[in-house]
Amino acid sequence: MADNEKMFQVKIITPDRIFYTGEAEMIEFTTSSGQIGVYKKHIPLTTVLAPGAVIIHEADGEKVAAVHAGFAEVLPEQVTLLAEIAEWAEEIDVSRAEAAKARAEERLQAKAADLDLARAEFALRKALTRIDVKDMK
Amino acid sequence: MASMRDIKRRRSSIQSTQQITKAMKLVSTVKLQKAKNRAEETNPYFNYMYQTVVSMLQRSGTIMHPYLKAGESQKKAVVVITSNRGLAGGYNSNIVKLVTDSGFSKEDVRVYAIGNKGKETLERRGYEIAEDYSGVIEAPVYEDAAAICAKVLQAFQDGEIGEIYLAYTHFKNTVSHEPTLMKLLPIEIDEEEVKEDSNILMNYEPNDEEALDMIIPKYITSLFYGALVEAVASENGARMQAMDAATSNAEDMISDLSLKYNRARQGSITQELTEIIAGASAIS
Repeated sequence: MADNEKMFQVKIITPDRIFYTGEAEMIEFTTSSGQIGVYKKHIPLTTVLAPGAVIIHEADGEKVAAVHAGFAEVLPEQVTLLAEIAEWAEEIDVSRAEAAKARAEERLQAKAADLDLARAEFALRKALTRIDVKDMK
Repeated sequence: MASMRDIKRRRSSIQSTQQITKAMKLVSTVKLQKAKNRAEETNPYFNYMYQTVVSMLQRSGTIMHPYLKAGESQKKAVVVITSNRGLAGGYNSNIVKLVTDSGFSKEDVRVYAIGNKGKETLERRGYEIAEDYSGVIEAPVYEDAAAICAKVLQAFQDGEIGEIYLAYTHFKNTVSHEPTLMKLLPIEIDEEEVKEDSNILMNYEPNDEEALDMIIPKYITSLFYGALVEAVASENGARMQAMDAATSNAEDMISDLSLKYNRARQGSITQELTEIIAGASAIS
C-alpha cells in the first residue's frame, strides 16, 4: 500500500530535539488561518502555526501530536514544521491540561487589571489542544 | 636552600590545590558532555530557522518591515552571555574584550547581561546595564530565551534602541571556542549566500508581512536560545581546559619540589655524617 509516488518528507523540529522525521502521504495541521492538509507537490508556502493537532498520515497508519506555536515551510517534496513545543498524544498528561484549562478560564473570567489577555488565551488554547489531541487517540 | 620543613609544607599545599583542580576538571567534563549533547540537539532547529529566515528575506526584498531597518536611536543593545562563575581561563574576559573592543562608544551601549562575570566587569567599566538575567545561564530553557527576546524587541519597537547585538562564545568543538559578536537586528542579508532554489516563488499565509511579524521574533528567540546552550557548553569546555592545565602545572611543581626535598634531605644526612666523623676523628 506504500505508494512511493505519493510519499514526501516530513520533519518536525523543536528547540530541544528532532521531534519527527519520516515519510508521509499527507499531513494535516492548524495554521493561524485555519486547518490545512498537505499532499505531495503542494505549492511552496510558509505559514504560521496555531496551537492544534498535527496528524501525520504514514503509509501504515496515523500519528497524532499536539503542536503549539511555530511555523511551517511547505515545499513540493518536503514539509518542515518548526515548532516551539510539540508532544505526541501519548505524552500528554490530561489531568494537567484540565487543570491548566481551568486556571486559564478562571483568569479570563476574573478579568483582573494586570491580566495579560494574550497569554491567558494562549494558555487556554494550549490546554484545549492537548485535551483534543488526547481525545483523538 | 630552603629548609626541609618549608619545602614539605609548600608541597602539601600544592597537592591539595591539585586535588581541587582535578575534582573541578572532572565535574566540568561531565557537565560538558551534557551541555554538548544539548547543543547538538538544538543545532538542527537553529540551522533550519536560519535557513528559512534567510531564504524568506531573499525572496521578499521589497518588503518594508520595521525589523529590517535600523531604528532611529543611536543606542545599541548588546546581549552579553558569560558565566556566573570564574576559573574558566579566558572565557569571560574574552567576551568582555569583544564588547569593549567592538568600537561602540560606551554611552551608546545598553547591556543585557546574562551571567554575573560579564555584568560585573562591564558595570565596573562604566557600561549601562539595562537588565540582568544571570540566573538563566545555570539551566537555560527556551522560555527564558523567549522572555529576554520579548524584552529586547519591545525596546526596539519603542525606539529606545536602534540595533541589537549578541555577544556569546560559539562552541566549535570540545577544545575550540570562539567569542562571537553577532548583529541580530536589523537583519542584514548576505547577498553571496543566495541559494540556488531561491527562485521558487514562496507564498505566505496570512501574508508576508504578518508572517515576518511572527517569524522574526521566533528567529531571534531561537538565536538567543542557541547562543545560551552553546555558551554553557563553551563555559564548561573552557573550565575543563583551564583546570586540566592547572592540574598538570601542579604536577610539575610537585615533582620539582619533591626533587628539592630529597636533595635537602640527602644534604642534611651527609652533613650529619660529616659532623659525626669529624667529631670521632677529633677525639681519637
